[in-house]
Amino acid sequence: MAVAQSGSAGLELPENVVVSRLDELASWCRKNSLWPMPFATACCGIELMATGAAKHDLARFGAEVFRFSPRQCDLMIVAGRVVMKMLPVLQRIWQQMHEPKWCISMGACASTGGVFDTYAVVQGIDRFIPVDMYVPGCPPRPEQLIQAIIDLQDKIQLEGTLMGREFNTRQRQNQKRALVESPEILSLDASRNPNLQRELSNSATNPN
Amino acid sequence: MAIAPTEIETPPEARSEDYLWTLNFGPQHPATHTTLRLVLKLEGERVVDAVPEMGYLHSGFEKLGEHLTFNQYVTVTDRMNYISPMANNVAWHHSVETLLGIDLTPRCTYIRTIVAELARISDHLLSNGAVGLDTGAFTYFLYAFYQREVIYDIFETLCGARFTNSYTRVGGVSQDFTPLVIEKTRAFLKTFPKTLNDMERLLNRNRIFVDRTKGVGLLTKEEAINRGATGPVARASGVTRDLRRDEPYLAYSDFDFQVSCASAGDCYARYLVRMQEMRESLKIVEQAIENLPSGPVDVGIDERMALPTKKQVYSTIEGTISHFELSMSNRGFEVPCEEAYAAIEAPNGELGFYLVGDGEDQAYRARCRPPSVLNFAMFPHLIRGHTLSDVVAVLGSLNIIAAELDR
Amino acid sequence: MTDSTETKEPKAVENPHVVALVELCGALESSTFRGQQRVVVPADKSLDALSLLKSRGFDLLIDVSCVDYLEYRGAKHRYGLVYLLASTAGHQRLTVRVFVDDPEPTVSSVVPLWEAANWLEREVWDLFGIRFTGHPDLRRLVMPEEFTAHPLRKDYPLQGRGERHNFPVITRDHS
Repeated sequence: MAVAQSGSAGLELPENVVVSRLDELASWCRKNSLWPMPFATACCGIELMATGAAKHDLARFGAEVFRFSPRQCDLMIVAGRVVMKMLPVLQRIWQQMHEPKWCISMGACASTGGVFDTYAVVQGIDRFIPVDMYVPGCPPRPEQLIQAIIDLQDKIQLEGTLMGREFNTRQRQNQKRALVESPEILSLDASRNPNLQRELSNSATNPN
Repeated sequence: MAIAPTEIETPPEARSEDYLWTLNFGPQHPATHTTLRLVLKLEGERVVDAVPEMGYLHSGFEKLGEHLTFNQYVTVTDRMNYISPMANNVAWHHSVETLLGIDLTPRCTYIRTIVAELARISDHLLSNGAVGLDTGAFTYFLYAFYQREVIYDIFETLCGARFTNSYTRVGGVSQDFTPLVIEKTRAFLKTFPKTLNDMERLLNRNRIFVDRTKGVGLLTKEEAINRGATGPVARASGVTRDLRRDEPYLAYSDFDFQVSCASAGDCYARYLVRMQEMRESLKIVEQAIENLPSGPVDVGIDERMALPTKKQVYSTIEGTISHFELSMSNRGFEVPCEEAYAAIEAPNGELGFYLVGDGEDQAYRARCRPPSVLNFAMFPHLIRGHTLSDVVAVLGSLNIIAAELDR
Repeated sequence: MTDSTETKEPKAVENPHVVALVELCGALESSTFRGQQRVVVPADKSLDALSLLKSRGFDLLIDVSCVDYLEYRGAKHRYGLVYLLASTAGHQRLTVRVFVDDPEPTVSSVVPLWEAANWLEREVWDLFGIRFTGHPDLRRLVMPEEFTAHPLRKDYPLQGRGERHNFPVITRDHS
């Protein structure tokens, strides 16, 4: 936090007073009281449990209050692969969480589909919901998840605003499309799939 | 979502009562341990009926098995029953070696036995810990999870991965036991019984725990057989079937151990059977680690099944040829055009693979026989008539792992 | 099985359960591989044959699964169902195969014999599209209800046909 030095405006500040912007104060409060919602589906969920258990002890970083109700949480940790049948559930739980909210995609499966390049597995949850932090690994070690939470705290401190304006920027709303489906598969079903059609036209017009 | 409330089967006497209400439980719920879903029909707090729903983690494991080679697929089996990946690795390559007709070296059978039993201990620790967690004994869960970390540490020393090990290979294992691994295992053998005693003292006579689990979720012996239960769930109901004793595979015929059984068939009996099995597994590990045979760990180079070691490749012509041939796609394993089924006693029950070979070095069909499916299918039978709070106790005692359930 | 390379056992030491099955269904194809006894039963007699085996001590149904032989060399039938049986008392095992073909692959359900078959048969219906007559509740088990294909058939691609990306996208605006 920015600490204003006394004297410049001729104002004398007592020692225990800190001057800052309201945005930074809000971010400072938010980052140190993250309440994670563990959306644990598979193997990464066990490492998520290990992160919370005795040896690694997530409580040291102020994010140990796991709550299983989306209404109480502001950080969703998607741990494990998300499949076709599960994705509507994931989206619904994401929508039930209150703003401001963040999402960590934990593990290769949640981020990209991982080894499961099959008919049922969604190839990265960031195609369908916004993601703030990706943790690589299959599954990531607890230390990696803790690092991701620390990094997310930094991110919240750096760009967070009181009214959540940082979420309204154009960059935050665009879906990240690192992976584009191969054209053969697209051509099979593009006619009756509006998402794929959009994806096709996007990739045609915009090489990024 | 998929189930309309009208589709729920209701017993005839309850159908006329229109004050029954429906509760959706899962697929994202702390007590469902990942992604199970139940639609419960309740009369007040009493469960009249339950419709389990699965598939929220179906990721096409069996389809993937048709596209990955026998050695590659072991990484996928890690993610099947992810609380004991080692046991899955052993089960997969046990089936592959049955299909290919490979006889393992004595050292390899002992090593696989040890890791499978350590996996059983870590599995039971988590499943019992989760029962404790769900019935309110959080301390017990922390005790259990700390011991899992010790086993993780042994596995990490052994093969470099603490959790998803991918340890076995066709005809052998990826890393041999080093003196450090043996030392760590011995240390674990020495310290674990003490923790186990602590855990038993915490929960075995804990009034709240006993009240919540005793007499809940009763499964008779006949029902257990009819519904295809295996593993601790069946043994807690008096089915004395344990593949380690009945159809000895690996090195189990060399060891002296008891098959843990109970006759009550309730959640408490399942908990006790798991606790007892951990002690028996310790006995097996102790005997195996003290009598670990020396000699090679992989099958010989002439069999052209296991990848030769780096030393063999660089210093012998047989090793170089074998390595070259195994790496080429058209000169790999000699797979018969046949079908075979082989199973091991995994922590959860009988885990087997039905493999169809067609001459290629990947399976034509890799069917997994998952114990969790049959255990979960009997859930409505177990919960009928109990209260809503018993749902979590019964679910925990069945130890259903969603990734193994849905594959 | 269709391309068996192992020698068939001589009739003299034939498995007694197979002999009993032959009395019920007539001549049967049976073989062993790695010590596993297998027998092929005609589709119309499958329920009778399995019921006979259950009465002869095979009280535990281990698994019901299926193999699609579309691309298999020398295969005569499209689908081969696999019933793995075991006895809890005698520790014996037996594999029973039933072959069915397109169109409308159908076989009778064994749920009246073993409750365990309920979900296993639903899974086979879901992933292979084989109908089980007499099944009390033949719904899809693992795939969503709206799904139309049977994904473990060999003519279905590994990556699917784009179903996995057919969902609405939620941006920060929506939430």
